[in-house]
Amino acid sequence: MLKQHKILLLDDDDQMLELYQELLKQLPSQPEVHVCNSGARAIALLEAEPFTLLVTDLRMPKMDGLQVLAIVRRKYPHLRIIVLTGVLDEEYRSRAYGQGVDLFWQKPANTEEFQLFKDCVESLLDREVRSEGGFRGMQSKSLVDLIQLECLSRSSSVLHISQGGVSGRIWVQNGEVIDAATANFTGEEAFKEILSWKGGNFEILPPEPQRPRAIHHSYQGLLLDSAQALDEWRGQQTGAETNVPAQEGYSGPSNSPLAPLARFEGVEFVLTMPLDEQAPPESWGLENPRQIAAWARATQKRLRELGEKIGAGPLAEASGFGWQRHWALAADARKGLLCAGFRRVLPKEKVETTMKHIFAKWVS
Amino acid sequence: MGLLSKKSSGPQLRRLPTGTFTVDALGCVVCSTVPQAVPAAIVREIGRQVVAIFDEARGAQLPFSEMVAQYADFKIIAREMRGGAIIFLSPKPPQLESSS
Repeated sequence: MLKQHKILLLDDDDQMLELYQELLKQLPSQPEVHVCNSGARAIALLEAEPFTLLVTDLRMPKMDGLQVLAIVRRKYPHLRIIVLTGVLDEEYRSRAYGQGVDLFWQKPANTEEFQLFKDCVESLLDREVRSEGGFRGMQSKSLVDLIQLECLSRSSSVLHISQGGVSGRIWVQNGEVIDAATANFTGEEAFKEILSWKGGNFEILPPEPQRPRAIHHSYQGLLLDSAQALDEWRGQQTGAETNVPAQEGYSGPSNSPLAPLARFEGVEFVLTMPLDEQAPPESWGLENPRQIAAWARATQKRLRELGEKIGAGPLAEASGFGWQRHWALAADARKGLLCAGFRRVLPKEKVETTMKHIFAKWVS
Repeated sequence: MGLLSKKSSGPQLRRLPTGTFTVDALGCVVCSTVPQAVPAAIVREIGRQVVAIFDEARGAQLPFSEMVAQYADFKIIAREMRGGAIIFLSPKPPQLESSS
């Protein structure tokens, strides 16, 4: 039995709501279309029942569309979102995509554009969001599938892939993978690093024909090498880890599940807090984990709510630098909150990049 | 179908605040270069939350003097100054992040 999709339309203009409700009901999948004219009402409806798709305007009184996106994207990561607006501004388009919307559409001005919009909505409703991974972009596909599709079709494009706080790019030219880059690597090493990510988001960007070729292997060979390297790495991870050196001055157990995260240079402590606030935190290298956990949760909440009020988008990372030690915080929608402490001699840039690597390892 | 081409002249979206301001130990704004178009309540709220985070960290035996909060489109840098703070607000430009 096919599931009937539910769409929620949000706009402060009641005439637009009535019009779009009638037109979206005519989609082949015959979705159930609900309407609301305020951000607060939309959030209440989303809490009351599950929706497949949210279509929202941006310019609204009291709570504008970007503020709604900031809250909704955090609370309902699997909800598909389309921004439908009359605002023609590259800054808002970029901010909306930065908050993880699926599509940003200018309000259609003729029947042809409206038919295109309906086709996009129907296409989005057809796709199921897999909760255990996969790369969300235009479709939910594995990264191997995406690369093969681009190469087999002899396309030229740039794949921009992001996972948590890290991102990377793969350049494809005439069906050949010619280069890749992440924060720390380029070429084949970057390609392998990107392939090791289990899930995330991707965008297909226009090609860059002038990009010099740095990878000379065929894409099939690259995918095979990456799969082999990943299998070998996973094989090492499943073995018992008993030789992790303890950090000087701290009694982090070498068999702690957080010990692998503490191996990075300059790490003093690692603290993870599950989504359930009643559940105890896990720590490595801390004598007072509960006190730090309480502070970390409070700080994360303060900064997140501040971002929602300003309309700044989701909080990616927070970090602090002191004369005793440095720290960094990052949250994952499925796993909870991660806090890491670093030696004060570690430079600020190194704190940020190391935290990105710790976070990527934690969520994978 | 005139409704399809109707452009809403509704409320304007707020741009992200940009500038620098200092706050005292209570989070009250002392001086600011943030444009007046940015609601004062927003600036006060940022100052209040930043000071509270510095205070709570001291209570948790994790004192620090500088904080960076990275959002999708925005960055807040705050430096603690004798109980108060100087706070820098900078929206990110509308470009895709470069990984190279």
